[in-house]
Amino acid sequence: MVPKKDVLLQIKDLRIEGYSDENWIEIVHGVDLTLHKGEVLGLIGESGAGKSTIGLAAMGFARDGCRISGGSIEFDGMELTTTPESDLRALRGSRIAYVAQSAAASFNPAHRIIDQHTEAPIQYRIQKRVEAQEDAMELYHRLRLPNPDEIGFRYPHQVSGGQLQRAMTAMAMACRPDLIIFDEPTTALDVTTQIEVLAAIRDIVDQFNTAAIYITHDLAVVAQMADTIKVLLKGEEVEEAPTEQMLDAPSEDYTKSLWAVRSFKRPQKERPAAADAVPIVSVKNVDAAYGKIQVLDDVSFDIYAGMTVAVVGESGSGKSTTARCITGLLPPTKGEILFNGEALPPRYQDRSKDQLRQAQMIYQMADTALNPKIRISEIIGRPAQFYGGLRGAELKNRVDELLDLIELDPAKFYNRFPPELSGGQKQRIGIARALAAEPTFIICDEVTSALDQLVAEGILKLLDKLQQDLNLAYMFITHDLATVRSIADEVVVMQRGKVVEQGPKEKMFTPPHHPYTDLLLSSVPEMDPNWLTTLLEERGTDSIGEAANV
Amino acid sequence: MNSFVIGYYALLIGASCLAAYFKQRQIFLLIFSLTLVSFVTGIVGGAPALRSITIAAGLLALAAGVSYAFREFLIIIAPDGVAKELRTAPLTAAFGMFVIFTYAIAGIFAPVIAPFGEAEVISSAFAPADENMLLGADQLGRDMFSRIIYGARNTVGLALVATSLAFIAGALAGLLAATKGGWFDQFMGRLADVIMSIPSLIFALLILSIFGTSLFVIVIVVALIYSPRVFRLTRAVAGNVVVMDYIEAAKLRGEGTWYLIRKEILPNSTAPLVAEFGLEFCFVFLLIAGLSFLGLGIQPPTADWGSMVRENATLISFGELTPLIPAAAIALLTVAVNFVVDWMLFRSSGLKEV
Repeated sequence: MVPKKDVLLQIKDLRIEGYSDENWIEIVHGVDLTLHKGEVLGLIGESGAGKSTIGLAAMGFARDGCRISGGSIEFDGMELTTTPESDLRALRGSRIAYVAQSAAASFNPAHRIIDQHTEAPIQYRIQKRVEAQEDAMELYHRLRLPNPDEIGFRYPHQVSGGQLQRAMTAMAMACRPDLIIFDEPTTALDVTTQIEVLAAIRDIVDQFNTAAIYITHDLAVVAQMADTIKVLLKGEEVEEAPTEQMLDAPSEDYTKSLWAVRSFKRPQKERPAAADAVPIVSVKNVDAAYGKIQVLDDVSFDIYAGMTVAVVGESGSGKSTTARCITGLLPPTKGEILFNGEALPPRYQDRSKDQLRQAQMIYQMADTALNPKIRISEIIGRPAQFYGGLRGAELKNRVDELLDLIELDPAKFYNRFPPELSGGQKQRIGIARALAAEPTFIICDEVTSALDQLVAEGILKLLDKLQQDLNLAYMFITHDLATVRSIADEVVVMQRGKVVEQGPKEKMFTPPHHPYTDLLLSSVPEMDPNWLTTLLEERGTDSIGEAANV
Repeated sequence: MNSFVIGYYALLIGASCLAAYFKQRQIFLLIFSLTLVSFVTGIVGGAPALRSITIAAGLLALAAGVSYAFREFLIIIAPDGVAKELRTAPLTAAFGMFVIFTYAIAGIFAPVIAPFGEAEVISSAFAPADENMLLGADQLGRDMFSRIIYGARNTVGLALVATSLAFIAGALAGLLAATKGGWFDQFMGRLADVIMSIPSLIFALLILSIFGTSLFVIVIVVALIYSPRVFRLTRAVAGNVVVMDYIEAAKLRGEGTWYLIRKEILPNSTAPLVAEFGLEFCFVFLLIAGLSFLGLGIQPPTADWGSMVRENATLISFGELTPLIPAAAIALLTVAVNFVVDWMLFRSSGLKEV
């Protein structure tokens, strides 16, 4: 048991209100939290659970439009709710630091990384500029950034996303704070990059005995990082327990449902046995380039009717570019796309209405994929009207039918606008728009990566049901191997614009693998608290820096 | 010390005490600082200075009251959706709307409101105001008040037509350039650069002296000068919309350019465009008034505020303020339009979401 004097942060009955529609509404309903020195607490929950709000409140900070309305936040004997803003400012950055979700958006693109790093120590007169710079390089060493003596003198856009996230962690350490708040630091990263950042964060927290609050919605990640885990739902605590206990024996139903999300799996389908079966879509030796930079190199694969082909790979591997080639947005420089055995014109402008109708697309960001100023009825109705020529009552019936199909109540949603919908509902509307064209083939571009796990599972189940009912073929672009495991029939692994391996799912998930597939597979966090340690030992510690260069 | 001065201070101090008692911090600060300022001005300027402060405050209060009442009136008569937006309008915007409304009424019903015709000579030159002529007569003996009313119709109407034309041309070109891209975009962009690189007033004077000063030429010239600005803004706003996934989805559906512009891009860029329309209107209005003042705009005997200022300018040397009334009418409309535009810009900038 840790002695009481070691308590660093004690939050009692914290209540936070948010301002909406001219009313203050309570969004965090009395959360308690105790954090000892050197301890890492994991906060998990779906979006809207109040994780980030609580994380910020630990710094005595409330976002615009929010206010701390009750409870106490005691940091090292100081009551933050009553401390004047000027004292809080002195605390933030020096004793409490914050690492944001997107380092790319949090660094100022107009200043060099090291200048932003040294700003806080110089400002607080902890170090002189030269000392601070030397210290920064030392931290870059420890975080195993490539060229630690030189990397700080680059601008943020000149380093990769994973490196930037590590530089941000280094920046948070600049004043050797007692507490760091990590707000989803790896959510925006690929699995292979995520490992480097996780390992770096864990190392540095260990080395300096810093306490941390780690906010995430990914259970497997939090299992690697945290000593204790607290589960939140709608601004209330569900349960809190040490990591091992939480993973092995969660006591609440909600926690169990979170744990069970990844269990959705459906049987793998086989290709049609007949030798003369023609694939719906066949990508044949496609090369593509943006300007002079070649991004696709001899890509070939087939997709048969009623089957799901998952295309996996880290960002920049050419997954989405392949989709752009198939839809005709980016004409290939070499090779061709066959649709039911017939070659498609390379540019979408040259394709017939029927060819366009057959292949539809569902986008990653439902926010930007739906026009915010058009009603749901028209978003879904337009393809039916455009391709099928439906009018009036016929059109309305079709829209109702489609809304039923995606399990949304037509009476409620018919006249709404997209901004009034939740993320999962928007994604369903995106699916309905694709279905309205009565396609035979749908490209799903990272459709679940912006969603919470529970919501994502709902979308996957829906897609699966639609596939069985309508015999659709899916091309499923993703970097999440859990999704691949649950929904794919065949897998295509891409790296740097090339297909490195392809085949049926079962075969892909059983060794032997191509080295890159192996790297991808082993990088997927598992629900085992020792997974990261074991993995790093297997790879040898030096591989962290190399992982990005494989 | 007369009773006015005593009453004046008593009222101010009483009001600030009340504000302090009811913890109305801002109102208290306002009234009390006014009291302190009054002490100084009262000592320096005496009772007349205090009187003018009272009159100014009264006018302000009157304007605020009218704006408030007008906003409530609009909220009641407007349909639900619009009423909700109107409730967010600050008093300045309501004041602007009221002024625009008044001008519109004056312009539309000019023959009914004006007691005399716009070219009707009814008195001797520069006759002073009497019960027949509210503002006296101009340099030819025409009724000043009637001419101001008719001026609202001519000047504002002309500015409205010219702005609309500039807007339709500029917005259409901007939307097409953003949607089509490539050489069309480049060509339109460089064309806009060329037009913008010529000083506008000199360009207008040049064209008008070549082609004569008919209304048609004025409208075309003004539209030509102002459409590149609209083009620039529209292209920038539409450029942000064009990269969205829903545009890609519509393109892949096989939709034509016109559908893309009308249904997908335009609804997402109206707010800044409407605000820009207000701003452009002010500039166009001032340009036309300026041209008229120089004698190249609307030609006599048609009443027009710009030329009215010029024709009656001699009166200023006699200490008469009459020629400044049309100028004030121009200024008031410009300010009013800007108030409304400010509110719209605020709404479209998304600041209200915080």
